[in-house]
Amino acid sequence: MTPQSNFMVLAPIIPERETELRQLLDSMNRGPGQVDPNNALLPFAEFETLHFARFIILEDKTTEDVRVYGLTPRSYPLYLAFLGDVDGDANAFLGKLIKRAGKGLRKIFSCCQGFAADMDVLTWMKEHEAPPIAAYVNWRGRTVRQIREEAMLYDALENYVDRNHATLHDLRPREIHEKLRTFVNAERSAGRLTLSKEDPTPIGWQVKNLAHMIGFPLLGLVLSPLLLVATPFYIFALRRLEKSDPVVCPTADQNHSENLSSFEDHDVTNQFSAMGSLKPGLVRLLTTTFVLKTVNYGARHITRPGRLGRIRSIHFARWVFVAGRERMIFFSNYDGSVESYMDDFINKTGFGLNASFSNGIGYPRTNWLVRDGCVDERNYKEYLRRHTLPSQVWYKAYPGLSAIDLERNTRIRQGLEVSSMTDDQARDWVALL
Amino acid sequence: MSPVDYADVQGLLRFGYGRMTNASYMLVRVKNADAAKAWLRLAPVTTAVAQKPPPTTAMNIAFTAPGLRALGVPESIVAGFSHEFRGGMGQESRARQLGDVGKNAPSSWTWGSHGREPHALLMFFAEPDQFDAFVQRSRDQNWNTAFEEITSLGTSNLDGDEPFGFADGISQPQIDWDQQLERPCTELGYTNVVALGEMLLGYPNEYGKITDRPLLDSNADNSDLLNAQDSPSKKDLARNGSYLVLRQLEQDVRGFWKFLHEQAGGNFADAAQLGSKMVGRTRAGDPLVPVQAEPIPGMDPGTAPQNQFTYESDPVGARCPFGAHVRRTNPRNSDFPGRRISALRKLIIMLGFGPKGFYEDITSSVRFHRILRRGREYGSELPPEDALQPGPSNESPRGLHFICLNANISRQFEFLQNAWIANTKFSGITGESDPLLGNREPMPGCPVTGNFTIPGDGSVRRRVSGLPQFVTLRGGAYFFLPSLRALRYFARV
Repeated sequence: MTPQSNFMVLAPIIPERETELRQLLDSMNRGPGQVDPNNALLPFAEFETLHFARFIILEDKTTEDVRVYGLTPRSYPLYLAFLGDVDGDANAFLGKLIKRAGKGLRKIFSCCQGFAADMDVLTWMKEHEAPPIAAYVNWRGRTVRQIREEAMLYDALENYVDRNHATLHDLRPREIHEKLRTFVNAERSAGRLTLSKEDPTPIGWQVKNLAHMIGFPLLGLVLSPLLLVATPFYIFALRRLEKSDPVVCPTADQNHSENLSSFEDHDVTNQFSAMGSLKPGLVRLLTTTFVLKTVNYGARHITRPGRLGRIRSIHFARWVFVAGRERMIFFSNYDGSVESYMDDFINKTGFGLNASFSNGIGYPRTNWLVRDGCVDERNYKEYLRRHTLPSQVWYKAYPGLSAIDLERNTRIRQGLEVSSMTDDQARDWVALL
Repeated sequence: MSPVDYADVQGLLRFGYGRMTNASYMLVRVKNADAAKAWLRLAPVTTAVAQKPPPTTAMNIAFTAPGLRALGVPESIVAGFSHEFRGGMGQESRARQLGDVGKNAPSSWTWGSHGREPHALLMFFAEPDQFDAFVQRSRDQNWNTAFEEITSLGTSNLDGDEPFGFADGISQPQIDWDQQLERPCTELGYTNVVALGEMLLGYPNEYGKITDRPLLDSNADNSDLLNAQDSPSKKDLARNGSYLVLRQLEQDVRGFWKFLHEQAGGNFADAAQLGSKMVGRTRAGDPLVPVQAEPIPGMDPGTAPQNQFTYESDPVGARCPFGAHVRRTNPRNSDFPGRRISALRKLIIMLGFGPKGFYEDITSSVRFHRILRRGREYGSELPPEDALQPGPSNESPRGLHFICLNANISRQFEFLQNAWIANTKFSGITGESDPLLGNREPMPGCPVTGNFTIPGDGSVRRRVSGLPQFVTLRGGAYFFLPSLRALRYFARV
C-alpha cells in the first residue's frame, strides 16, 4: 500500500510583488478556477503521483473580528500558500517537482520574502513548511495510478456490457461476474487494461503509523488522572465561553460571494479554503488542538475508507495553523456545489463541524461544543462564505470523477479479484455497473 | 404562536387557482416609478383568505431585485434579501451551477437577460369567460404610463398533464400553516409536511430558524409592517412573503416521443414504458413502486393512491430508476438511513460505520429541499401518437412556465436544480443528468452526459444512450413575492 502524504509551503508575499504574483498565478489558468494542467510554470499533469494541488493567496478579510474581544487587530503579512496531496513521501515528490519545474517555482517564490535567486528551492520550501494539525484522506492507499486504471476498467466494462447486453441480460449475477472477469483477464493479457498490483507499504511508514496509533491513546491514558481532575473546570470554563462568545455572522459581501462563485463548479469537484482567527484564550486553544488531534487520529486510524462520518464527498482535507496559533485555515476538495457541501455538513456531521469550527471567532453559538452551532443554517452559511477564500490556482488529477465514482470503481475492481461470490455478493457487485 | 394572517399573504402561496383555467404571466419593466406605485396601490391583489364562493379572477405580483430598485426601494433594504435573489438567475457562475449552459445559456434566452430582465411579474388568473376582460381592466391608464411590457407568457390548460403527456403536479408538500410541527432533531421517516418557514419568509424553517430577509428600523413609513418574530423591535419587510422562481421550459414533444419510439423499435407501448421509466410515473401518474398501507404524514388522503410511497422497497432502483425525474427531484428519504433505530445505532451511523452498501445513505435528506410548484403549461396539446408525425414548419412552441415558491432559493430550488437535476453524479450514477431536463453538455472529464440507466434486479442494467436535449430554457428570473403589507410599503416609499 502506498500511503498518501501532503505538503504545504507558507510564505509572506513581498508587498510590491503582489500584483506580479497574481499575474503569474493567473497565467497558469485558462480562466478563473480552470487550471491549464500543462501550463509552463508548473505542468501539474506531468506528476503522476499528484492528486490535488493549489496556490492560494491568504487574503483574510476578517482580521478585524478580534475587536469583539476588545483586541486590536494585528497587521499580518499577506501569505502565499502552495499545497498538495501526493502518493508516497512528500519530500521525494518535492524533489521531483523541483527537478522538472524548479524554474517556474523560483519565479513564483521570488515574489515571497526571504527567497533569493541563488537559493536552493527545496531548502527554502522546507524552511517554509506548514504542516497540518489534522488531515483527512478519503481512501488511504489509493494512488493516482490506481484511480486512473480503475476508471479505464470501469469504462471498458461499461462498453462491454453495452455491446453484449443481449447475452448478459439472461445470465444470473454470478454468471455475469464470471463472464466479466474472463473479459477483464483477456483485456489485461492483451495489454489493453492494466491493473497494477499495489506496492509494498514502506516499513518506515508502518512503524510511524503504529507508533501514532498506540501513542495517542497511550498519551491520553497517561494523562487521564490529570484530565479527570481538570475536566470539570474545563467544562465550566467552556460553558461560560459558549454562552458569552460573540456571534459575528454578517451577510457576506455580495462581490466577495460572486467572486468565489466564479471559481466554483467548473468540475464535479470543487476546492474550498476557509480562514479565520481563533477565539482568544487557553481554553479555546486547547479545545481546538484536542478536537483536531482527535479528528486526525480518527481519520488516520478509525474511519472507514471513503467516509468521514457519513460524508462521502471529500477527497482530501486538512486544518493548518497559519504562522503561529492565532489563525487557522481549513482546506478541502469536495464534490458538488458549495451549497450541497454545507448542507451535507450541517445534516450529517454537524457535531464534528461544531467541535472544530466553533473555536473560530464569530461562529454561531454552540451548546456543549457539538450541539446547535451550524444548525443556525443562515448564520453558519454566511459565516463560512465570509471566511472562504478563492484558490488562485487549483489542480485535480482526475477531472470528472467524484469520490463516489472512485469508490464504485474500486469496489468493481475488488469484486474482480474475488474468484467466486455468493449470490448476494454477486448481485450487489452487478448493481455497481 | 400567532396564526398566519391570510389576508396579508398572496393567494398563490395557498392556492393553485386550479378552477381558473386561464392564466397569463406578464413580465414588465418599470417605466415610471410614480405611476407604477399608483397602479400598485389600486391593484386588486388576491389574498390567501379562503372565499365562499371561490373567486373567479385572481392576480398576484412579484418583483425582481432590479424591480425593487426601479420602484425606489433603497439599496440598504434590497441588500437584506438573499445573495441569489440579488444576483439573479442569469449570472454566469449561477448559470453554470444550474446547468443553464449550451442551448440553455442566458445569452440565448428570449427574456430575462441582456436588457430584457423583468422588473415585475404580474400573474393573472380567471375562469375562461372572464379572463380577457379581467386582464384588460388591469391595463388601465396608469398601467400604460407605469410599465413597459417585455412579454406576456400565455398558458394553456392541458387538464393536469404536462406537454409530454404525463400527469403532472401530483405531489406537493403540505405547508404547516398552523405551525403545529414539532420536529425532532432528526426525522427518521419520510414526511410530506414542511415547516411554514420553508415557504413563507419570517417563520421558523426545517432547522427551526428564520431565514435571511430585510429587517427595518421602525419609522413612520413602515409602521404597518409586522414585527420580526426573532427580533421584535424590527419591522419584517419579507414576513408573509416568499421567493418565486420562474423558468420558461420549452419542451420538444415531437423529439421526445420520436426518441422513445426509436429506442423501443417502433413499439408504442414500449416507448410509453421507457417514457415512464424516465419520468418515474406512468402517463396516468401512477408511481412505479407500490403504494404503502402506512400513511405518510402530511399526505392528502385524496392523492394517497398515487402518492403514498417511498423508494424504501426499491433500494437498487430496479422499479423506479435512481435517475428518473421524480426520484431525482424528490427521493422521498429521511435524515437517516433505516427507520426505527436506537440511539446507539444512530451514533454508529453518524460516525460513519452504518450501512456498507454502495447506494446506501448517498442522497441528501429531502425535507430541506422541497418546493411548492405553481407552474402552468403553454402551447397546444399534442398527443404522443400525433407527436410521432413531423410537425408543421411554423409550429408554435409548447412547454412549461415553471414556477416554484420557496423561502431559500439556494437551499431549495437551486439545490434541486444543481445537485439533483443537472448533476451528472446523482446517487452514485454517472454520465447522466435528468432524463427530461438535462442539457447533455459535456463536462471536463465527462464527455458523455446523455445516458439514462435502468438498473436491473440481479441482471445487468439497461442503458439508453444519446438522449437529445428535450427541454430548453427560454428565460428565467428570481422574484420576491411580497406580502400585502410589503406591497403597500413598496407602493409608498
